[in-house]
Amino acid sequence: MNLLEMNHIKKSFDGVSVLKDVSLSVKEGQVLSIIGSSGSGKSTLLRCATMLETIDSGEIIYMGEKAAYTDDKGKCVYAPPRELKKIKNYFGLVFQNFNLFPHYSVIKNITDPLINVQKKDKEEAMEIGRKLLEKMGLPDKENAYPFQLSGGQQQRVSIARALALNPAVLFFDEPTSALDPELTGEILKVIKDLAAEKMTMVIVTHEMSFARDVSDYIIFLDKGVIEEEGTPDEVINNPRNERTRAFLSRFEN
Amino acid sequence: MDFTTMLLQLSTGMLESVKIFFFTLIFSLPLGLLICFGRMSKNSLIRNIVKVYISIMRGTPLMLQLLVVYFGPYYLWGANIGGKRFLAIIIGFSINYAAYYAEIYRSGIESMPVGQYEAARLLGYNKIQTFGRIILPQVIKRILPSVTNEVITLVKDTSLAFALAHMELFSMAKQISAAQTTFMPFVIAGVFYYVFNFVVAILMEKAEKKAAYYR
Repeated sequence: MNLLEMNHIKKSFDGVSVLKDVSLSVKEGQVLSIIGSSGSGKSTLLRCATMLETIDSGEIIYMGEKAAYTDDKGKCVYAPPRELKKIKNYFGLVFQNFNLFPHYSVIKNITDPLINVQKKDKEEAMEIGRKLLEKMGLPDKENAYPFQLSGGQQQRVSIARALALNPAVLFFDEPTSALDPELTGEILKVIKDLAAEKMTMVIVTHEMSFARDVSDYIIFLDKGVIEEEGTPDEVINNPRNERTRAFLSRFEN
Repeated sequence: MDFTTMLLQLSTGMLESVKIFFFTLIFSLPLGLLICFGRMSKNSLIRNIVKVYISIMRGTPLMLQLLVVYFGPYYLWGANIGGKRFLAIIIGFSINYAAYYAEIYRSGIESMPVGQYEAARLLGYNKIQTFGRIILPQVIKRILPSVTNEVITLVKDTSLAFALAHMELFSMAKQISAAQTTFMPFVIAGVFYYVFNFVVAILMEKAEKKAAYYR
Protein backbone atom coordinates (compact mmCIF):
# COMPACT_ATOMS: atom_id res chain seq x y z
CA MET A 1 0.00 0.00 0.00
CA ASN A 2 1.16 3.52 -0.66
CA LEU A 3 1.93 5.59 2.41
CA LEU A 4 1.06 8.71 0.53
CA GLU A 5 -0.78 9.34 -2.68
CA MET A 6 -1.29 12.73 -4.23
CA ASN A 7 -3.50 12.69 -7.29
CA HIS A 8 -4.08 15.48 -9.79
CA ILE A 9 -3.08 18.22 -7.39
CA LYS A 10 -3.86 21.72 -8.58
CA LYS A 11 -2.97 24.85 -6.70
CA SER A 12 -2.86 28.49 -7.67
CA PHE A 13 -2.08 31.68 -5.79
CA ASP A 14 -4.05 34.77 -6.82
CA GLY A 15 -4.83 33.27 -10.19
CA VAL A 16 -1.25 32.18 -10.83
CA SER A 17 -1.21 28.44 -11.33
CA VAL A 18 1.64 26.93 -9.32
CA LEU A 19 0.78 23.23 -9.48
CA LYS A 20 -0.93 21.96 -12.61
CA ASP A 21 -2.17 18.43 -12.16
CA VAL A 22 0.67 16.85 -10.21
CA SER A 23 0.45 13.23 -9.07
CA LEU A 24 2.88 11.20 -7.00
CA SER A 25 2.94 8.27 -4.64
CA VAL A 26 5.28 7.21 -1.87
CA LYS A 27 5.71 3.61 -0.74
CA GLU A 28 6.90 2.50 2.64
CA GLY A 29 10.67 2.77 2.99
CA GLN A 30 10.97 4.79 -0.18
CA VAL A 31 13.01 7.95 -0.52
CA LEU A 32 11.53 10.33 -3.03
CA SER A 33 13.35 13.47 -4.08
CA ILE A 34 11.74 16.40 -5.81
CA ILE A 35 14.07 18.58 -7.84
CA GLY A 36 13.49 21.63 -9.99
CA SER A 37 14.42 25.30 -10.22
CA SER A 38 13.03 27.88 -7.83
CA GLY A 39 9.45 28.74 -8.67
CA SER A 40 8.85 25.28 -10.10
CA GLY A 41 6.30 24.57 -7.36
CA LYS A 42 8.27 21.95 -5.44
CA SER A 43 8.00 23.69 -2.07
CA THR A 44 4.32 24.36 -2.66
CA LEU A 45 3.84 20.67 -3.40
CA LEU A 46 5.45 19.84 -0.06
CA ARG A 47 3.35 22.45 1.73
CA CYS A 48 0.22 20.96 0.19
CA ALA A 49 1.24 17.47 1.26
CA THR A 50 1.81 18.68 4.83
CA MET A 51 -1.40 20.71 4.76
CA LEU A 52 0.26 24.05 5.34
CA GLU A 53 -1.50 25.01 2.12
CA THR A 54 -4.89 23.81 0.95
CA ILE A 55 -5.17 22.37 -2.53
CA ASP A 56 -7.65 23.72 -5.09
CA SER A 57 -8.47 20.30 -6.45
CA GLY A 58 -7.14 16.77 -6.43
CA GLU A 59 -6.70 14.10 -3.82
CA ILE A 60 -4.39 13.56 -0.85
CA ILE A 61 -4.44 10.09 0.69
CA TYR A 62 -2.34 8.95 3.64
CA MET A 63 -2.30 5.20 4.47
CA GLY A 64 -5.48 4.76 2.49
CA GLU A 65 -7.26 7.53 4.42
CA LYS A 66 -8.47 10.45 2.40
CA ALA A 67 -7.22 13.75 3.77
CA ALA A 68 -8.65 15.68 0.84
CA TYR A 69 -10.61 14.87 -2.28
CA THR A 70 -12.56 16.61 -5.01
CA ASP A 71 -16.30 16.00 -5.06
CA ASP A 72 -18.58 15.60 -8.10
CA LYS A 73 -19.09 19.33 -8.36
CA GLY A 74 -15.34 19.88 -8.55
CA LYS A 75 -15.14 21.27 -5.04
CA CYS A 76 -12.17 20.29 -2.90
CA VAL A 77 -13.20 18.77 0.43
CA TYR A 78 -10.94 18.15 3.40
CA ALA A 79 -11.59 15.44 5.95
CA PRO A 80 -13.34 16.54 9.16
CA PRO A 81 -11.02 18.00 11.83
CA ARG A 82 -10.86 14.88 13.98
CA GLU A 83 -9.82 12.67 11.07
CA LEU A 84 -7.43 15.29 9.78
CA LYS A 85 -5.81 15.47 13.19
CA LYS A 86 -5.17 11.74 13.09
CA ILE A 87 -3.83 11.91 9.55
CA LYS A 88 -1.46 14.71 10.54
CA ASN A 89 0.24 12.27 12.91
CA TYR A 90 1.41 10.27 9.91
CA PHE A 91 3.92 12.84 8.75
CA GLY A 92 6.56 15.24 9.97
CA LEU A 93 8.31 18.15 8.30
CA VAL A 94 11.82 19.52 8.52
CA PHE A 95 11.90 23.16 7.50
CA GLN A 96 14.48 25.04 5.53
CA ASN A 97 14.87 27.53 8.40
CA PHE A 98 14.63 24.90 11.17
CA ASN A 99 11.91 26.86 13.01
CA LEU A 100 13.08 25.66 16.39
CA PHE A 101 11.43 27.32 19.37
CA PRO A 102 14.10 29.76 20.55
CA HIS A 103 12.79 30.04 24.10
CA TYR A 104 13.03 26.28 24.68
CA SER A 105 16.23 24.36 25.30
CA VAL A 106 17.25 21.73 22.77
CA ILE A 107 15.76 18.89 24.80
CA LYS A 108 12.55 20.82 25.49
CA ASN A 109 12.12 21.51 21.78
CA ILE A 110 12.00 17.74 21.33
CA THR A 111 10.11 16.69 24.45
CA ASP A 112 7.50 19.45 24.71
CA PRO A 113 5.33 18.11 21.85
CA LEU A 114 5.70 14.60 23.24
CA ILE A 115 4.48 15.72 26.64
CA ASN A 116 1.84 18.25 25.64
CA VAL A 117 0.56 16.81 22.38
CA GLN A 118 1.13 13.09 22.64
CA LYS A 119 0.60 13.14 26.43
CA LYS A 120 3.61 10.98 27.17
CA ASP A 121 5.04 11.22 30.66
CA LYS A 122 8.11 13.32 31.18
CA GLU A 123 10.56 10.49 31.73
CA GLU A 124 9.53 8.66 28.60
CA ALA A 125 9.77 11.87 26.61
CA MET A 126 13.23 12.59 28.02
CA GLU A 127 14.37 9.11 27.10
CA ILE A 128 13.14 9.51 23.52
CA GLY A 129 14.72 12.96 23.30
CA ARG A 130 18.09 11.86 24.63
CA LYS A 131 18.21 8.84 22.35
CA LEU A 132 17.54 11.01 19.30
CA LEU A 133 20.12 13.62 20.32
CA GLU A 134 22.62 10.81 20.69
CA LYS A 135 21.71 9.60 17.22
CA MET A 136 22.11 13.12 15.83
CA GLY A 137 25.54 13.39 17.43
CA LEU A 138 24.44 16.09 19.88
CA PRO A 139 24.29 14.31 23.24
CA ASP A 140 26.07 17.19 25.01
CA LYS A 141 23.73 19.88 23.70
CA GLU A 142 20.55 18.94 25.50
CA ASN A 143 20.52 22.03 27.72
CA ALA A 144 21.77 24.47 25.08
CA TYR A 145 19.43 26.97 23.46
CA PRO A 146 19.04 27.07 19.69
CA PHE A 147 20.89 30.41 19.32
CA GLN A 148 23.97 28.78 20.82
CA LEU A 149 24.14 26.17 18.07
CA SER A 150 25.45 26.28 14.51
CA GLY A 151 22.94 26.08 11.67
CA GLY A 152 23.83 22.46 11.06
CA GLN A 153 23.32 21.59 14.71
CA GLN A 154 19.99 23.44 14.77
CA GLN A 155 18.85 21.51 11.73
CA ARG A 156 19.82 18.24 13.39
CA VAL A 157 17.78 19.20 16.44
CA SER A 158 14.81 19.97 14.21
CA ILE A 159 15.19 16.56 12.56
CA ALA A 160 15.25 14.97 16.02
CA ARG A 161 12.15 16.95 16.97
CA ALA A 162 10.29 15.67 13.91
CA LEU A 163 11.48 12.08 14.43
CA ALA A 164 10.44 12.09 18.09
CA LEU A 165 6.78 12.05 17.05
CA ASN A 166 7.47 8.85 15.13
CA PRO A 167 6.02 9.86 11.76
CA ALA A 168 5.40 7.33 9.00
CA VAL A 169 6.81 9.72 6.44
CA LEU A 170 9.20 12.61 6.94
CA PHE A 171 9.26 15.59 4.59
CA PHE A 172 12.32 17.79 4.08
CA ASP A 173 11.90 21.24 2.57
CA GLU A 174 15.35 22.15 1.24
CA PRO A 175 16.99 21.11 4.50
CA THR A 176 20.42 22.46 3.61
CA SER A 177 19.51 25.66 1.75
CA ALA A 178 19.84 27.90 4.81
CA LEU A 179 23.20 26.43 5.80
CA ASP A 180 26.76 27.49 5.08
CA PRO A 181 28.19 25.20 2.39
CA GLU A 182 30.58 23.52 4.83
CA LEU A 183 27.66 22.54 7.08
CA THR A 184 25.46 20.84 4.48
CA GLY A 185 27.46 17.62 4.69
CA GLU A 186 26.45 16.81 8.25
CA ILE A 187 22.74 17.13 7.40
CA LEU A 188 23.04 15.08 4.25
CA LYS A 189 24.80 12.38 6.23
CA VAL A 190 21.98 12.30 8.79
CA ILE A 191 19.43 11.90 6.01
CA LYS A 192 21.51 9.15 4.38
CA ASP A 193 21.64 7.31 7.70
CA LEU A 194 17.86 7.57 7.97
CA ALA A 195 17.51 6.23 4.43
CA ALA A 196 19.69 3.27 5.41
CA GLU A 197 17.23 2.58 8.22
CA LYS A 198 14.43 2.52 5.64
CA MET A 199 12.81 5.72 6.88
CA THR A 200 10.21 6.87 4.35
CA MET A 201 11.17 10.36 3.19
CA VAL A 202 10.19 13.00 0.67
CA ILE A 203 12.96 15.50 0.06
CA VAL A 204 12.84 18.77 -1.82
CA THR A 205 16.45 19.58 -2.60
CA HIS A 206 18.94 21.44 -4.75
CA GLU A 207 21.72 18.97 -3.96
CA MET A 208 21.80 16.90 -7.14
CA SER A 209 24.54 14.45 -6.25
CA PHE A 210 22.90 13.91 -2.87
CA ALA A 211 19.52 13.30 -4.52
CA ARG A 212 21.14 10.79 -6.82
CA ASP A 213 22.81 8.93 -3.95
CA VAL A 214 19.96 8.85 -1.48
CA SER A 215 16.79 8.55 -3.56
CA ASP A 216 14.89 5.57 -4.87
CA TYR A 217 12.83 7.80 -7.09
CA ILE A 218 13.22 11.32 -8.41
CA ILE A 219 10.66 13.77 -9.70
CA PHE A 220 11.71 16.74 -11.79
CA LEU A 221 9.17 19.51 -11.48
CA ASP A 222 9.09 22.43 -13.88
CA LYS A 223 6.53 25.23 -13.89
CA GLY A 224 4.07 23.18 -11.89
CA VAL A 225 4.28 20.09 -14.07
CA ILE A 226 6.20 16.84 -13.59
CA GLU A 227 8.45 16.89 -16.63
CA GLU A 228 10.33 13.74 -15.84
CA GLU A 229 10.34 11.06 -13.16
CA GLY A 230 12.05 7.78 -12.50
CA THR A 231 15.04 6.24 -10.79
CA PRO A 232 18.06 8.49 -10.15
CA ASP A 233 19.83 6.70 -12.97
CA GLU A 234 17.03 7.55 -15.38
CA VAL A 235 16.43 11.16 -14.33
CA ILE A 236 19.87 12.41 -13.39
CA ASN A 237 22.27 10.23 -15.34
CA ASN A 238 20.20 9.72 -18.49
CA PRO A 239 17.55 12.44 -18.69
CA ARG A 240 15.35 12.14 -21.76
CA ASN A 241 13.54 15.43 -21.36
CA GLU A 242 15.07 18.58 -22.82
CA ARG A 243 14.09 20.69 -19.79
CA THR A 244 15.61 18.20 -17.39
CA ARG A 245 18.84 18.25 -19.30
CA ALA A 246 18.90 22.05 -19.32
CA PHE A 247 18.20 22.14 -15.59
CA LEU A 248 20.85 19.56 -14.74
CA SER A 249 23.49 21.13 -16.93
CA ARG A 250 23.40 24.16 -14.65
CA PHE A 251 24.65 21.93 -11.86
CA GLU A 252 27.47 20.39 -13.86
CA ASN A 253 30.12 22.85 -12.75
CA MET B 1 3.04 72.95 58.85
CA ASP B 2 6.36 71.30 59.54
CA PHE B 3 8.26 69.22 57.04
CA THR B 4 7.47 65.85 58.65
CA THR B 5 3.71 66.48 58.64
CA MET B 6 3.91 67.52 55.01
CA LEU B 7 5.88 64.41 54.17
CA LEU B 8 3.38 62.25 56.02
CA GLN B 9 0.39 63.76 54.24
CA LEU B 10 2.06 63.46 50.88
CA SER B 11 2.82 59.83 51.68
CA THR B 12 -0.87 59.07 52.04
CA GLY B 13 -1.33 60.69 48.64
CA MET B 14 1.50 58.57 47.31
CA LEU B 15 -0.26 55.46 48.59
CA GLU B 16 -3.36 56.41 46.57
CA SER B 17 -1.25 56.92 43.44
CA VAL B 18 0.35 53.51 43.95
CA LYS B 19 -3.12 51.99 44.31
CA ILE B 20 -4.31 53.55 41.05
CA PHE B 21 -1.11 52.34 39.40
CA PHE B 22 -1.42 48.72 40.50
CA PHE B 23 -5.15 48.33 39.89
CA THR B 24 -4.76 49.83 36.44
CA LEU B 25 -1.94 47.43 35.58
CA ILE B 26 -3.84 44.41 36.90
CA PHE B 27 -6.88 45.17 34.76
CA SER B 28 -5.39 46.78 31.67
CA LEU B 29 -2.72 44.18 30.88
CA PRO B 30 -5.15 41.24 30.40
CA LEU B 31 -7.85 43.51 28.97
CA GLY B 32 -5.31 44.74 26.44
CA LEU B 33 -4.72 41.18 25.26
CA LEU B 34 -8.45 40.67 24.83
CA ILE B 35 -8.75 43.91 22.85
CA CYS B 36 -5.74 42.86 20.80
CA PHE B 37 -7.54 39.65 19.82
CA GLY B 38 -10.54 41.74 18.79
CA ARG B 39 -8.30 44.05 16.79
CA MET B 40 -6.83 41.03 14.96
CA SER B 41 -10.16 39.20 14.64
CA LYS B 42 -11.13 37.70 11.30
CA ASN B 43 -14.62 39.08 11.88
CA SER B 44 -14.58 42.52 10.29
CA LEU B 45 -17.38 43.85 12.50
CA ILE B 46 -15.50 43.06 15.70
CA ARG B 47 -12.27 44.30 14.19
CA ASN B 48 -13.74 47.63 13.18
CA ILE B 49 -15.53 48.22 16.46
CA VAL B 50 -12.26 47.62 18.29
CA LYS B 51 -10.43 49.87 15.83
CA VAL B 52 -12.82 52.74 16.61
CA TYR B 53 -12.49 52.03 20.32
CA ILE B 54 -8.69 52.19 20.18
CA SER B 55 -8.85 55.29 18.02
CA ILE B 56 -11.05 57.11 20.55
CA MET B 57 -8.98 55.98 23.53
CA ARG B 58 -5.77 57.19 21.92
CA GLY B 59 -7.26 60.22 20.25
CA THR B 60 -8.84 61.99 23.24
CA PRO B 61 -7.29 63.18 26.51
CA LEU B 62 -7.24 60.68 29.34
CA MET B 63 -8.43 63.44 31.66
CA LEU B 64 -11.54 63.91 29.55
CA GLN B 65 -12.14 60.15 29.55
CA LEU B 66 -11.96 60.09 33.33
CA LEU B 67 -14.60 62.82 33.50
CA VAL B 68 -16.83 60.94 31.08
CA VAL B 69 -16.52 57.68 33.01
CA TYR B 70 -17.30 59.46 36.30
CA PHE B 71 -20.03 61.89 35.28
CA GLY B 72 -21.32 60.11 32.16
CA PRO B 73 -23.67 57.72 33.99
CA TYR B 74 -25.29 60.64 35.81
CA TYR B 75 -25.87 62.78 32.73
CA LEU B 76 -26.98 59.85 30.63
CA TRP B 77 -29.19 57.95 33.02
CA GLY B 78 -29.32 60.10 36.11
CA ALA B 79 -27.44 57.36 37.93
CA ASN B 80 -26.24 58.04 41.45
CA ILE B 81 -22.47 58.33 41.29
CA GLY B 82 -21.75 59.21 44.90
CA GLY B 83 -18.75 57.39 46.35
CA LYS B 84 -17.81 55.58 43.15
CA ARG B 85 -14.95 57.93 42.44
CA PHE B 86 -12.12 55.45 42.86
CA LEU B 87 -13.96 52.87 40.78
CA ALA B 88 -14.42 55.44 38.00
CA ILE B 89 -10.73 56.26 38.09
CA ILE B 90 -9.69 52.61 37.80
CA ILE B 91 -12.17 51.98 34.97
CA GLY B 92 -11.08 55.12 33.15
CA PHE B 93 -7.38 54.34 33.43
CA SER B 94 -7.83 50.64 32.61
CA ILE B 95 -9.83 51.07 29.42
CA ASN B 96 -7.44 53.76 28.23
CA TYR B 97 -4.26 51.85 28.96
CA ALA B 98 -5.71 48.60 27.65
CA ALA B 99 -6.04 50.27 24.24
CA TYR B 100 -2.35 51.14 24.23
CA TYR B 101 -1.34 47.69 25.46
CA ALA B 102 -3.51 46.09 22.79
CA GLU B 103 -1.49 47.83 20.10
CA ILE B 104 1.77 46.84 21.77
CA TYR B 105 0.67 43.20 21.93
CA ARG B 106 -0.38 43.38 18.31
CA SER B 107 3.00 44.73 17.23
CA GLY B 108 4.65 41.83 19.08
CA ILE B 109 2.34 39.16 17.71
CA GLU B 110 2.63 40.41 14.15
CA SER B 111 6.41 40.46 14.39
CA MET B 112 6.50 36.72 15.05
CA PRO B 113 7.79 34.71 12.09
CA VAL B 114 5.11 32.56 10.49
CA GLY B 115 7.48 29.59 10.72
CA GLN B 116 6.86 29.38 14.47
CA TYR B 117 3.14 28.85 13.85
CA GLU B 118 3.83 26.34 11.08
CA ALA B 119 6.28 24.34 13.19
CA ALA B 120 3.78 24.25 16.06
CA ARG B 121 1.05 23.13 13.70
CA LEU B 122 3.17 20.34 12.24
CA LEU B 123 4.04 19.14 15.74
CA GLY B 124 0.36 18.87 16.60
CA TYR B 125 -0.07 21.78 19.02
CA ASN B 126 -3.61 23.09 19.04
CA LYS B 127 -4.31 26.81 18.69
CA ILE B 128 -4.43 27.55 22.40
CA GLN B 129 -1.20 25.63 23.06
CA THR B 130 0.50 27.33 20.14
CA PHE B 131 -0.37 30.75 21.46
CA GLY B 132 0.23 30.02 25.13
CA ARG B 133 3.37 27.90 24.86
CA ILE B 134 5.10 29.10 21.71
CA ILE B 135 3.94 32.56 20.68
CA LEU B 136 3.08 34.53 23.85
CA PRO B 137 6.34 33.87 25.74
CA GLN B 138 8.32 35.17 22.77
CA VAL B 139 5.95 38.10 22.28
CA ILE B 140 6.38 39.17 25.91
CA LYS B 141 10.14 39.28 25.49
CA ARG B 142 9.80 41.36 22.34
CA ILE B 143 7.40 43.91 23.79
CA LEU B 144 9.02 44.41 27.20
CA PRO B 145 10.78 47.67 26.23
CA SER B 146 7.52 49.17 24.88
CA VAL B 147 5.61 47.99 27.94
CA THR B 148 8.22 49.64 30.16
CA ASN B 149 7.55 52.92 28.38
CA GLU B 150 3.82 52.67 29.03
CA VAL B 151 4.24 51.62 32.64
CA ILE B 152 6.48 54.60 33.34
CA THR B 153 3.97 56.90 31.68
CA LEU B 154 1.24 55.38 33.84
CA VAL B 155 3.10 56.30 37.03
CA LYS B 156 3.02 59.95 35.97
CA ASP B 157 -0.50 59.76 34.53
CA THR B 158 -1.92 58.74 37.91
CA SER B 159 -1.71 62.49 38.67
CA LEU B 160 -4.59 63.02 36.23
CA ALA B 161 -6.89 61.58 38.90
CA PHE B 162 -6.79 65.09 40.35
CA ALA B 163 -9.39 65.93 37.71
CA LEU B 164 -11.87 63.93 39.80
CA ALA B 165 -10.50 65.52 42.97
CA HIS B 166 -9.17 62.20 44.17
CA MET B 167 -6.60 62.76 46.88
CA GLU B 168 -3.63 61.14 45.27
CA LEU B 169 -0.10 62.52 45.35
CA PHE B 170 -0.57 65.40 42.93
CA SER B 171 -3.91 66.60 44.33
CA MET B 172 -2.48 66.42 47.81
CA ALA B 173 0.57 68.45 46.84
CA LYS B 174 -1.61 71.04 45.15
CA GLN B 175 -3.86 71.37 48.19
CA ILE B 176 -1.04 71.70 50.70
CA SER B 177 0.76 74.14 48.47
CA ALA B 178 -2.32 76.36 48.19
CA ALA B 179 -3.07 76.24 51.90
CA GLN B 180 0.49 76.83 53.10
CA THR B 181 1.63 79.09 50.25
CA THR B 182 4.74 77.04 49.66
CA PHE B 183 6.20 75.33 46.65
CA MET B 184 7.76 72.60 48.75
CA PRO B 185 4.98 69.96 48.32
CA PHE B 186 5.47 69.99 44.55
CA VAL B 187 9.20 69.42 44.93
CA ILE B 188 8.57 66.49 47.27
CA ALA B 189 5.88 65.09 44.95
CA GLY B 190 8.35 65.29 42.07
CA VAL B 191 10.91 63.35 44.07
CA PHE B 192 8.26 60.75 44.96
CA TYR B 193 7.25 60.24 41.33
CA TYR B 194 10.87 60.01 40.30
CA VAL B 195 11.74 57.42 42.93
CA PHE B 196 8.63 55.41 42.01
CA ASN B 197 9.65 55.36 38.38
CA PHE B 198 13.24 54.61 39.28
CA VAL B 199 12.04 51.44 41.02
CA VAL B 200 9.76 50.59 38.08
CA ALA B 201 12.66 50.98 35.66
CA ILE B 202 14.89 48.72 37.76
CA LEU B 203 12.18 46.04 37.95
CA MET B 204 11.53 46.16 34.21
CA GLU B 205 15.23 45.96 33.50
CA LYS B 206 15.38 42.88 35.68
CA ALA B 207 12.51 41.35 33.72
CA GLU B 208 14.34 42.08 30.46
CA LYS B 209 17.51 40.48 31.79
CA LYS B 210 15.53 37.45 32.86
CA ALA B 211 14.15 37.10 29.34
CA ALA B 212 17.61 37.44 27.81
CA TYR B 213 18.50 33.77 28.27
CA TYR B 214 17.66 33.22 24.61
CA ARG B 215 17.76 35.23 21.43
